[in-house]
Amino acid sequence: MRYEAPSSLEQAVGLLAAATGDARVLAGGTDLLVQMRTDILNPELVVDIKHIPELREIKQEGGGFRIGAAATGAELKEHPQLKTVWPGIVEAANLIGSTQIQGRATMGGNLCNGSPAADSVPALIAAGAKASVVGPNGRREIAVEDVMLAPRKLSLGKGEIIASFILPAKAKGSADAYLRFIPRTEMDIAVVGCGVCLSVAADGTISRARVALGAVAARPLLVEEAGKALVGSKLEDAALNKLDAAAGAACKPIDDKRGTKEYRIKVAGVLARRAAAIAYERARKA
Amino acid sequence: MAKHHITATVNGDPVEFLCEPQETLLDALRDQLHLTGTKEGCSTGDCGACSVTVDDRLVCSCLMLGVEAEGKSIRTIEGMAQGDELHPLQQKFLEHAALQCGICTPGFLVAAKALLDKQPDPSETEVRYWLAGNLCRCTGYDKIVRAVLDAAAELRGA
Repeated sequence: MRYEAPSSLEQAVGLLAAATGDARVLAGGTDLLVQMRTDILNPELVVDIKHIPELREIKQEGGGFRIGAAATGAELKEHPQLKTVWPGIVEAANLIGSTQIQGRATMGGNLCNGSPAADSVPALIAAGAKASVVGPNGRREIAVEDVMLAPRKLSLGKGEIIASFILPAKAKGSADAYLRFIPRTEMDIAVVGCGVCLSVAADGTISRARVALGAVAARPLLVEEAGKALVGSKLEDAALNKLDAAAGAACKPIDDKRGTKEYRIKVAGVLARRAAAIAYERARKA
Repeated sequence: MAKHHITATVNGDPVEFLCEPQETLLDALRDQLHLTGTKEGCSTGDCGACSVTVDDRLVCSCLMLGVEAEGKSIRTIEGMAQGDELHPLQQKFLEHAALQCGICTPGFLVAAKALLDKQPDPSETEVRYWLAGNLCRCTGYDKIVRAVLDAAAELRGA
C-alpha cells in the first residue's frame, strides 16, 4: 500500500485518477481502516485528504454554509453557528459512533462509505444539501441524494472526490431535525433514520417540506410524497397520517438482525411524525 | 514499499519512528515506540481500549494510521502520572476499585481525562455518554463513573 497526503485537491485528484489498482480516499478512516483490517479492502493507494484546506473548513457562504467533507463530527458540534442554524445535521453527524469516533469521523466519509444506514445522509438530503465534487474534469455540484446508488456504490467517477457540502441559505421560519431509532441508547447502527426540513409561514402553515429516510432501502431516500403530505398543513393529525403512510410506502427494507421489514416500515412512519414535530417546533421559533 | 519516517510529539517529548504505510498508530505506539500502556482490544473502533489524544482530540489509535501522526502531538496513558504521583483519575480508579482485569483501564483514563479537560464539572449522564465508546467487561461501569465524578470534584477543588 502507498500512502499519500497531498495538500491540494488537484494533487489528490491526480493521484486517484492515475491509480492503476484500488485507490481509496482517507478522511477520518473510521470505516476505511476497519475494512482494511478485516480484509474487505486491500487498497494499493490511500490518499489522505485531511491536508487540503477546503476539506477541513466550515464556513458561512452565500447565506448558507460550506462544510469541508473531512470536517469531523466533533468540529461540527463545536462550530459556533452551525448547530443553531442546522441542528438536525449536527445531531445526525453526532450520532455516529462514540466520542472517539466523533474525533475522526466525517460527513464525506459517512456518505462515501456507501451505507444505506449512514446517519448524516438523510439529514443532508432533507436540508437540500449539495455535494461539491472535484475530479479530473473540474468541479460539479450534485444533490446529496444523487451521490449514493446502492450499498457501496456511488455515482462518482474515477478520480472524483467530494470536497465539501453546500448547505443552502435557510429561510426565516425554516428548521430541520433528524431522529434515528436503535435498540439501545448509544453506539449502534440505525434501524431507521429520518431527516425532516420544513418552512413555516407566520400563521403556522407549512409552505415547504423535505423528508428523507435512511436504512429502509438500498440507499438513503428523498421521499417527495412525505414532504407533500405536510405542505399546506399545520401538522394536524390528518397531515401526520398522510406523512406516516407516505414514509412507510417509500420503504423497501431488508430483514436483518436489527429489524424485520414490517418493523422498519412501521418505525419509518413513527420517526417521520416525531422528526416533523421537532422540525415544526423549531421552525416556529426560527 | 519504503517505510515512512515520522516525526511527532508523544507526551510532550519529540519522537521519531519508522512505520509501514498500513500500520496503525496503535501498532506504531506499541511496537515502534514500546509504549505498551495503550491496549489493543477490538481493532475496529468499538471498544476504546486504544484511546489516545491527537492534538487534544480523543481518538481510537487503532483507527488511525501511524503515518497520519506526522507533526501531531499525541498523549497516551504513559503521560498521565507525574513521575510516581498518580493523576487524580488514576488515584480515584484505585480507591473506587474501578478496574478488575485492567485491559480497558488506560483507555478509560485517557478518555475520562479528555472529558475533564473540556468539561471540569460533568453530570453523570455526560460521563456515561462520553465514555460510551469505552467497553469494560468486568466492572459494570458504575464504579468507573463514580471514580470519574469523584476525580472531577477533586480536580475542581484543587
